[in-house]
Amino acid sequence: MMRSYSDKHNVQKKSYYNDRYFVAPQIPKEAVESDDVFANDLSVLKAKFEIQEAYIQKGQLVVYIDPKDNVSVLQTLRDELSYNFLSEHSAIDWLAKSGEFEIFYQMLSTSKRKRMRVKCFIKEKEVLKSVIGVYKSADWAEREMYDMFGVIISGHPYMKRLLMPDDWYDHPLRKTYPLHGDEVAQWYEIDKIFGKEYRDIIGPEERDSARVDVNDTYRFAHLNHEVPFGAEPSQEKTVTDYQEEGGVFIVKKLKKEDAKILKERY
Amino acid sequence: MAQHKINYLQEAGLPVALTTVDKLVQWGRSNSLWPLTYGLACCAIEMMATGASRYDFDRFGTIFRASPRQADVLVIAGTLTKKHAPFMRRLYDQMPDPKWVISMGSCANTGGMFNTYATVQGADRIVPVDIYLPGCAPRPETLQYALMLLQKKIRTEKASRKLAPKRLV
Repeated sequence: MMRSYSDKHNVQKKSYYNDRYFVAPQIPKEAVESDDVFANDLSVLKAKFEIQEAYIQKGQLVVYIDPKDNVSVLQTLRDELSYNFLSEHSAIDWLAKSGEFEIFYQMLSTSKRKRMRVKCFIKEKEVLKSVIGVYKSADWAEREMYDMFGVIISGHPYMKRLLMPDDWYDHPLRKTYPLHGDEVAQWYEIDKIFGKEYRDIIGPEERDSARVDVNDTYRFAHLNHEVPFGAEPSQEKTVTDYQEEGGVFIVKKLKKEDAKILKERY
Repeated sequence: MAQHKINYLQEAGLPVALTTVDKLVQWGRSNSLWPLTYGLACCAIEMMATGASRYDFDRFGTIFRASPRQADVLVIAGTLTKKHAPFMRRLYDQMPDPKWVISMGSCANTGGMFNTYATVQGADRIVPVDIYLPGCAPRPETLQYALMLLQKKIRTEKASRKLAPKRLV
């Protein structure tokens, strides 16, 4: 029997950690009818929009909607169902599994003391409408989502990267993005400050945290025996006197035996 | 000029007089090291504590300056991200010569625990570093000790305006 083929050269194609026997624990789902407030919320939403799936998890309502309805669903939640906070909004990368992003809007109602989550799936290049007109807090959340995942948002007044520099290549929170960065990321500061031709002079980054240089073991941090960079270690003690013996012209060194030491306070 | 004769004016001769001048100038420089008020992460908290009254950096003549034009020491106190690296290099370039750099803490030395895409793996990739100060974060005493070592280093250097090129860049 032959082992199934996997492309080992293009490791960015797949996610990094695959435990063959790992089964992610699932939080149990409850029916929406078990909670009166949520059942009412859902019936209001169902009357207006197409709801793909709805359940209660950990006491929070989860509703899957059509991504085209996102602004109007959130509008309804805010104006009719008194969900007055959009506390969290981001994406989940399922590109490897289905080529989709899972977008979630985490909502909070302070008057009803309930939290609910609106979710939807979009394709990689699909454009999502901005909800900034409904909730101001979506501003940075959408910018971060674009920065980290490359989810394209339409109608945002200032769509710019939030965390990474403007000339950064690619979106770092995608599962295909290597932790140590791609080539552009690894040489980013060298290319920007000195130019590409300095790559050879400065050399690649040292990324192996377990690397042991034979010189490190005796050159590194010999307290009170410091030596200049690259020099051989020395047994000679570093004198940490503030002023050396001999001193300079005019200035005299204060000797401890010359100082008058008070035995007690006045 | 005969070959056995030394031109003292051209070949950095006059040993007695110049070493004394060197010593005096470098004594002055080492006792008025003005670092830049520049913190990047949690190491900056320790740097602030070192500057405050309990550890009192002022007694070393070390007074934090708010402008790179007035500073001669750059204490890289914290994680240097790739986004920020060009700005730090610019601050370093804005400082007048002679200038020195203390790389404070693991993050500035090697990138520390941030072995990620967004962190510069050692500030010495960007600027030449004089003192590498280990610790996460180093205690104020450690920063004091590093400063005193830097002072010792400066006192052994030549005072000549034409400084020997430092390691790296």
